[in-house]
Amino acid sequence: METLFTPFASLGGGALIGLGAVLLMLGLGRILGATGIMSGLVFAENKSEFSWRAAMVVGMILSPGLIFLVTGQMPELSVPVNTLMIAIGGVVVGFGASLGSGCTSGHGVCGLSRLSVRSIVAVPTFMATAAITVYLIRHVFGA
Amino acid sequence: MKLIFALFTGLVFGVGSAISGMMNPAKVFNFFDIAGTWDPSLAFVMGGAVVVTFIGYRLVWRRNAPLFGGGFQTPNNSTIDARLVGGSAIFGIGWGIAGFCPGAAIPALGTGRWEVVLFLAAVTAGFYARRFLSPIQPILKAV
Repeated sequence: METLFTPFASLGGGALIGLGAVLLMLGLGRILGATGIMSGLVFAENKSEFSWRAAMVVGMILSPGLIFLVTGQMPELSVPVNTLMIAIGGVVVGFGASLGSGCTSGHGVCGLSRLSVRSIVAVPTFMATAAITVYLIRHVFGA
Repeated sequence: MKLIFALFTGLVFGVGSAISGMMNPAKVFNFFDIAGTWDPSLAFVMGGAVVVTFIGYRLVWRRNAPLFGGGFQTPNNSTIDARLVGGSAIFGIGWGIAGFCPGAAIPALGTGRWEVVLFLAAVTAGFYARRFLSPIQPILKAV
């Protein structure tokens, strides 16, 4: 399934993702890592960190609605894989991101920007395994 | 006030995630599918996000403290271990299977799509699986 090349929307959206990360550092002094925020809410072990994480997640969830109010359209979201792959992929993502202490936002955006050695190792690692996985699924197993 | 700020931060991040194409699995797969229907858009997301965050963090760190106090809390761990590399590798495999990552899926919840709910439920299961397995980690380390 082809998708349109959208360099300007992607660059602008990426800049907003970065702005979100910068604002969180400015206001609360925290790294914007989705894995940390989500697992912090799931396990709720650190009460003092719970409320800002919950507020942030509420803001995130409101964003497609805001886009709908402004443009009249929900953001494009097409899922070309079946239910089983979403479920398996989700478990693998949760396990791996938690073990590796970060995902695309924490290691990718914030870690690289901090020049964190761990993130400089983590990002090429997950980019490579993602690319290999997509290659195997699409071109070897032909799903 | 702090919570309203956190909510706004989440909104900015979520709008960025939606506009950029990160929350569209079809685009994520195509970014990695260099041998097939390649769409390099997501490189622009990462580029835009890292440039803004890199510069923004350095401006923010000129301050003595965040707006809402508490100090800047950034990880200063620089240990490259099997957990970091293995966890990141596993995360990438999951990302390549499902096409969602946590930072894109949380805002995508606002679209009301069942696939996103399933994915995040599976991520939560992955977090629990990692917790469940952590008692055997000292054994794994010894091997």
